[in-house]
Amino acid sequence: MKTKKTTSVFTRGLILTAVKDSFSKLNPLTLVKNPVIFIVALGALLTSGIVIAGTRGGHFSSFDLQISLWLWFTVLFANFSEAIAEGRGKAQAESLRRSRTQVKARKISGDHEETVTSAMLKKGDFVICEAGDQIPSDGEVTEGIASIDESAITGESAPVIRESGGDRSAVTGGTKVISDRIIIRITSEPGNTFLDRMISLVEGAKRQKTPNEIALSNLLLGLTIIFLLAVATLPAFFLYSLKASGLPPSQNLSLPVLVSLLVCLIPTTIGGLLSAIGISGMDRLLQKNVISTSGKAIEAAGDVDVLLLDKTGTITLGNRMATDFIPDEGISAGELADTAQLASLSDETPEGRSIVVLAKEKFNLRAREVQNLRASFIPFSAQTRISGVDLFSAGGEQQRIRKGSSEAIKTFVQNNNGFYPKNIEETVAEIARSGATPLVVAKDDKVLGVIHLKDIVKGGIKQRFAELRKMGIRTVMITGDNHLTAAAIAAEAGVDDFMAEARPEDKLARIREEQKKGHLVGMIGDGTNDAPALAQADVGIAMNSGTQAAREAGNMVDLDSNPTKLIEVVETGKQLLMTRGALTTFSIANDVAKYFAIIPAIAISLYAGSNGKGPLSVLNIMNLGSPQSAILSAVIFNAIIIILLIPLALKGVRYRPVSAMEALTRNLLIFGLGGIIAPFIGIKLIDLLINL
Amino acid sequence: MNALDISQVLMYLLLLILLTPVLGGYMHKVFSGERHFMLPVFGWLEKLTFRVTGTKPEQGMGWKSYTWSLLLFNLGGFVVLFLLQLTQNLLPLNPARLPAVSWHLALNTAVSFITNTNWQSYAGETTLSYLVQMTGLTVQNFLSAATGIAVMLALVRGIVGRSSLLGNFWADITRIILYVLLPLSVIFAVVLNAEGVIQNFSGPVTVSTLEGGKQVITMGPVASQEAIKQLGTNGGGYFNANSAHPFENPTPLTNFLEMLAILLIPAALTYTYGRMTGSLKQGYTLFTCMMVLFVAGLLVSLYAEYHMVSPAGKGLVMEGKELRFGTTGTVLWTVATTVASNGSVNGMIDSMSPLTGITAMFNIMLGEVIFGGVGSGMYGMLLFVFLTVFIAGLMVGRTPEYLGKKIEAFEVRMALAGILIPGFMILLFAAIASVSKPGLAGLNNAGPHGLSEILYAFSSAAGNNGSAFAGLNANTVFYNLALGFTMLFGRFGVIIPVMAIAGSMAVKKVTPLSVGTFRTDNLLFIILLTGVILIVGGLTFFPALSLGPLAEHILMHSAVTF
Repeated sequence: MKTKKTTSVFTRGLILTAVKDSFSKLNPLTLVKNPVIFIVALGALLTSGIVIAGTRGGHFSSFDLQISLWLWFTVLFANFSEAIAEGRGKAQAESLRRSRTQVKARKISGDHEETVTSAMLKKGDFVICEAGDQIPSDGEVTEGIASIDESAITGESAPVIRESGGDRSAVTGGTKVISDRIIIRITSEPGNTFLDRMISLVEGAKRQKTPNEIALSNLLLGLTIIFLLAVATLPAFFLYSLKASGLPPSQNLSLPVLVSLLVCLIPTTIGGLLSAIGISGMDRLLQKNVISTSGKAIEAAGDVDVLLLDKTGTITLGNRMATDFIPDEGISAGELADTAQLASLSDETPEGRSIVVLAKEKFNLRAREVQNLRASFIPFSAQTRISGVDLFSAGGEQQRIRKGSSEAIKTFVQNNNGFYPKNIEETVAEIARSGATPLVVAKDDKVLGVIHLKDIVKGGIKQRFAELRKMGIRTVMITGDNHLTAAAIAAEAGVDDFMAEARPEDKLARIREEQKKGHLVGMIGDGTNDAPALAQADVGIAMNSGTQAAREAGNMVDLDSNPTKLIEVVETGKQLLMTRGALTTFSIANDVAKYFAIIPAIAISLYAGSNGKGPLSVLNIMNLGSPQSAILSAVIFNAIIIILLIPLALKGVRYRPVSAMEALTRNLLIFGLGGIIAPFIGIKLIDLLINL
Repeated sequence: MNALDISQVLMYLLLLILLTPVLGGYMHKVFSGERHFMLPVFGWLEKLTFRVTGTKPEQGMGWKSYTWSLLLFNLGGFVVLFLLQLTQNLLPLNPARLPAVSWHLALNTAVSFITNTNWQSYAGETTLSYLVQMTGLTVQNFLSAATGIAVMLALVRGIVGRSSLLGNFWADITRIILYVLLPLSVIFAVVLNAEGVIQNFSGPVTVSTLEGGKQVITMGPVASQEAIKQLGTNGGGYFNANSAHPFENPTPLTNFLEMLAILLIPAALTYTYGRMTGSLKQGYTLFTCMMVLFVAGLLVSLYAEYHMVSPAGKGLVMEGKELRFGTTGTVLWTVATTVASNGSVNGMIDSMSPLTGITAMFNIMLGEVIFGGVGSGMYGMLLFVFLTVFIAGLMVGRTPEYLGKKIEAFEVRMALAGILIPGFMILLFAAIASVSKPGLAGLNNAGPHGLSEILYAFSSAAGNNGSAFAGLNANTVFYNLALGFTMLFGRFGVIIPVMAIAGSMAVKKVTPLSVGTFRTDNLLFIILLTGVILIVGGLTFFPALSLGPLAEHILMHSAVTF
């Protein structure tokens, strides 16, 4: 999916389908869901009827016909915007559906195996999957470890490891086992798997209006009702005015003119584009490989003002890196580096590798062939908190090299009747104070020095947090580190607050506490122990690599399992809300110009003097050609503006990380002021074209 | 305009600005139950009232019981006033031996006074007895004004509150009357009386005029009613000529003071609002927005009156104006009363330039939110604030919120209902009147001017203003009923949605302020709010206004008059 994505809004196939769908959406049952456009459609129907009746009666009116056609176009354009937004989702759903084929599953029942189809699997069943098998349904690995190709869902071709226990036990139906054998406990009922839900979400089949969308629809409906009344009462005032100017009542406003006025005044622009904006918000998230279980969650993301971020992976690179060798008195830095490198040669942890690399970079020490050293390695364990190597020097005597925590090395040296120097203790304390991790290196009874292991804060993250702060979003770093270390990293990364020595239940408590103060909290997590916090957070993003429990608890899933996604999700949410507000403002501001086009046009004959022009013709500040062309131009502008704004509705207004005040000023200038001015220009141009 | 005119306007604005925090601060103390200097004076009366009525002031009410209490209270007022009028011929204090009022006029008048409209289909001195004027109209002047402030208090408590309780309606009403309306009215009545506004119970006096004719001069307790008529943005005059009558408004000084009294409480309530929300800036934001719209209307009207075209040529036209107030005194009055939902007049808008007419009408059509009626101006303005916050708030990329509370679908629906119901009534009935026989029967003028008269009457009723364009004979069954309905809907069609918002806002979570918050206390918001008021208010009425006063204005400049 990721690779197939196109950045362009329109492709040929998409447009053709959307054009077709715009017509099928003329179904009244579909139309009625959008009251503003439904009223336009009724108006179009009414004027068409008048045209047909008129033609039959022998007095065909080309003006009425044109009005009626443009009203139909208005409806079709609105339908088109929705269809094209849905179309992009449908294409993605189609590719997903291909991976949801029926497969045979090896179900364990009692002590034997039976082959069933994947559709027959129930929650709680156990199945066996081996290399080459497609995983039949969502589940959790209960036994074994396997590498799995998840490209069908994530678009990422590199296989991932899934194993029983721990935080990487969830597997998704439709993905493929590449190696090894695992036993999976099925965790979802047929028809309700992750893939199923994803398809229906992407297709928009289950799309429900979000709270803000409902509020906005209410606003639009309210405005529509009042404009309906303003237009409906107009013939009465007009009749009075006709009488007062000595004109016959037969010159009263015709229905097509009234319908035109109504359609121009009701907020058709935002009414037509509203649903496209909502769908495209989900779509934009999808392009970032994030799937939201509801539109509501995206909207909530815009409101989030506190982000809980795990230190590891989000703020710092996953691993600590060696940045310095600090030798004890009488030892050269080179000797320390050499020893440290030896101790780390077969240490496959990222920390170990970084020591090898640092020694190479600083002292040009090449990694040696381990076999030649007749070495035996002592791997790190949480109990001993020490690792190292036993080897034989050129002289044949055995050397025991160790690296580990200060406490562990102290014990090691003292057991070898050695002495743990005071200045090493001081160095250790100093490094710890700076927020880094000290690793002490010893050879037999002698301490050689300290390796400075540092958490590397991700490049650009500080700036990112500064941007968030500008938008009024507070960041809280969560780490299991001690307070000193956490404080130092927090300062370096520029987060607003941190929680040190945090346990999973602390996370949940923190979210509750923030929410109590009125904040909306966003977080991203992966482990089973994150699930309660994910469920409690207003926006909880589960990483796709995480456990099934986490995926169920959150309201979004990040297919890339990239913790910084949270920030992008917030931005998408804000952009969605901004786009709605901007187009609403634009739509309402447009009305000013339309009044100046239509009112003088319809009232030209009232109280007319000798030149045939009534007093209200001074309102014709655009100097439009004729009353008919003025009305037609307003209606055409009203229809065309929908088409012109579709790209904006789909892409969203340009988003910048600025304060509310700046964002408002900017959007107000473009869409408020622009909304007042643009139609004056647009209507005038169309009028010029019509009167060519 | 000469220097005196200009200094009168400037003096007026300055005093209004200076008095706002003084009275506003005092009212905040009263409404929040703090100690204030009137407590020793009337504290015993408050306690007595509570004991007699069994009111427990500390017992808060939810929005529904607050609203029900309010509706019952107003219904009671309606019944009393209606019956008083129907039976005035049997009751005392009727020296002129006036007959009972017709049912439809009594209905119209009763509705008019409980809704704080004070629309006068009746002619005060020749229709109503002293008893009805004093115990009916004057009492309702107090009660309807207090009702407006009570609704505002409930709404603000809902906006800033942390619980579903909005205060006690009965306690609020008692305190508003005892500590705000009554003391101010007493002081003001004494001042007016000293300046020559009459206050007596004498019967009509018959005098011989210089030309030997006979004239009947009505007397009565005018000063006491005049004071609350202005302070409570009521406007129903003792005399039919209202404040153009020398017994109601004898001198330029009383004229000035009465104008000040009209806007005094509505302006001060913005400051009270600032105090209640804990941010004076919020209050001053609304004050500034109101002031800007007020001054804009004033300038347009002054310009129009000083550049009027009449059959006699260009220049000052004094028809319909009192010489003792001059053009400025009349225009300032007209603008102040129309923004403030005060129905009193000291000149005839009918005779003023069409632009002054548009301004006056537009002020009312906007929903009486430019200072507006006591209390009702603030809650009406807050409805526009909600709407503005919703439309513009989305543009900062967050769910719109006001003072930390989210504005959601329910609030949008209710705010729209509150804003649109009066507009709905205006358009609907004006349309019916402009094409129906009984509607047209009342018209004195032809052409677009007649349409202006009809539009004005219904706008005035829906906005609970009560002033009349004059020139429309509204004491007919059609107008009495149509205007009566319009007044009722214009009042309670706004109050009920406002109370519903108060109820839903009260229980909302408060989001703390941050730079991501949409600010509602700065210049940008004032511009936005003004824009929304003008566009939402204007767009609805622009077609109708174009066919009426606007057409007339343009015609006038080509020397066609009606």
